[in-house]
Amino acid sequence: MALLSKKDANLIKDPLADNNPITIQVLGICSALAITAELKASVVMAISVLFVLGVGNVVISLLRNIIPSKIRIIVQLVVVAALVIIVDQVLKAFAYELSKTLSVFVGLIITNCIIMGRFEAFALGNGPWKSFLDGIGNALGYGVILVIVGFFRELLGSGTLFGIKVLGDPVAKTGLYSIGYENNGFMIIPPAALIVVGIIIWVQRSKNRALIEEA
Amino acid sequence: MAFNTEKNSYTVIFAVLMVIVVGSLLAFVASGLKPMIDENERFEKQQNILYAMGVNENEGDGDVAFVPTTEVEDVFSKFISQQLVLEGSEAVEKENAYLINVEKALAKAKSGEKAELPLLIGEKDGEKYYIIPMYGKGLWDAIWGYISVDENMEIKGVYFDHRGETPGLGANIKQRFFMDDFKGESIMDGNTYAGVNVAKGNNDPLNQDKEDNAVDALAGATITGNGVTAMIKESLKLYKPYLQTIRSN
Repeated sequence: MALLSKKDANLIKDPLADNNPITIQVLGICSALAITAELKASVVMAISVLFVLGVGNVVISLLRNIIPSKIRIIVQLVVVAALVIIVDQVLKAFAYELSKTLSVFVGLIITNCIIMGRFEAFALGNGPWKSFLDGIGNALGYGVILVIVGFFRELLGSGTLFGIKVLGDPVAKTGLYSIGYENNGFMIIPPAALIVVGIIIWVQRSKNRALIEEA
Repeated sequence: MAFNTEKNSYTVIFAVLMVIVVGSLLAFVASGLKPMIDENERFEKQQNILYAMGVNENEGDGDVAFVPTTEVEDVFSKFISQQLVLEGSEAVEKENAYLINVEKALAKAKSGEKAELPLLIGEKDGEKYYIIPMYGKGLWDAIWGYISVDENMEIKGVYFDHRGETPGLGANIKQRFFMDDFKGESIMDGNTYAGVNVAKGNNDPLNQDKEDNAVDALAGATITGNGVTAMIKESLKLYKPYLQTIRSN
């Protein structure tokens, strides 16, 4: 017996490719712009969202029959904000170093539209297990794009990956810099992320023409 | 479930219950963890202060490495010889002056009110370090830090931190390559307390000119950099009366 039924597996696979939250649903663009200037921040954000979306989806799914529809958005906000704040406090008490790295992301996670989007579109209408898979899938789909964008922005903008100088030293002019290569300062400012995301969307849609919307 | 979730009364009751449950849960978590969080914050302050006076475990080109939390209390009492609070040019000793809320003290002093400004004196290898706390604002939120100078008003080290600057851009003020540039710069320009400018295009990326009161800015983080410049200048202004009394040149 397979670990996941085919339908369940698709809940994870779809958001990674043909129903990607960033490139297809165009959600979560704001954080994709804000924190992809370096690869490390992208990875941290991807892991944080993975956790919050996985757990949050399950909570919302369990509550789905008792949440009054008139204030459901508020309830969703409360759930995600409470989750994030509790985790933040626990980390501050027991893993202070880690919490310092993550504290910048707390606000970005609470307001991340992917999280609200999946609560609203999926968890409110499906069981906990399916919602969990959907949350994990979407967070992975989001994370993949974040890491790709972070990779190109850090490599082309700063010449580093995870803070390690992979292209040589730009000031001392070693490695690639000795033959006249320069870092592209534009890549580290937020608009560059839009261009990279745009290129990913272009590549993805030219490979799978079914994704192109009718004009 | 049998509830009619469309009814107004249900909505109101649900909202009230939710607020009570979530509110008390958060309050419970926050107050339960507070002692541990406070202690962590105290250790962090000690680590930061020690870092600014050059007591740290940095290796080669590596990342910022503090004195480990397990030892920081001993190391702190070993290197910090005096903890003072200033009122004008008067300095009186005060226990645990480093725990004073710098944000509030500086704001009070700036508006002309009476305030206790903390200042720490450290001693390392027979040299005296005057460690001044700073507080200012970056692009998104607060930035703060410590700057240590000797009698010649030469910077011996700095430490910066921030609450919410952009990762990869403004957040880099707490990276070594940025903080190390401040070492050796003078906070004096002639006879004025000029501080240090975080300057764009000062044509000195290797920071060899230590007389220019400037360090190289971070690309893409202009406003955070300006915030650092302003923070240093503003804080020094308040400490000037005391610094005048110890200045040797």
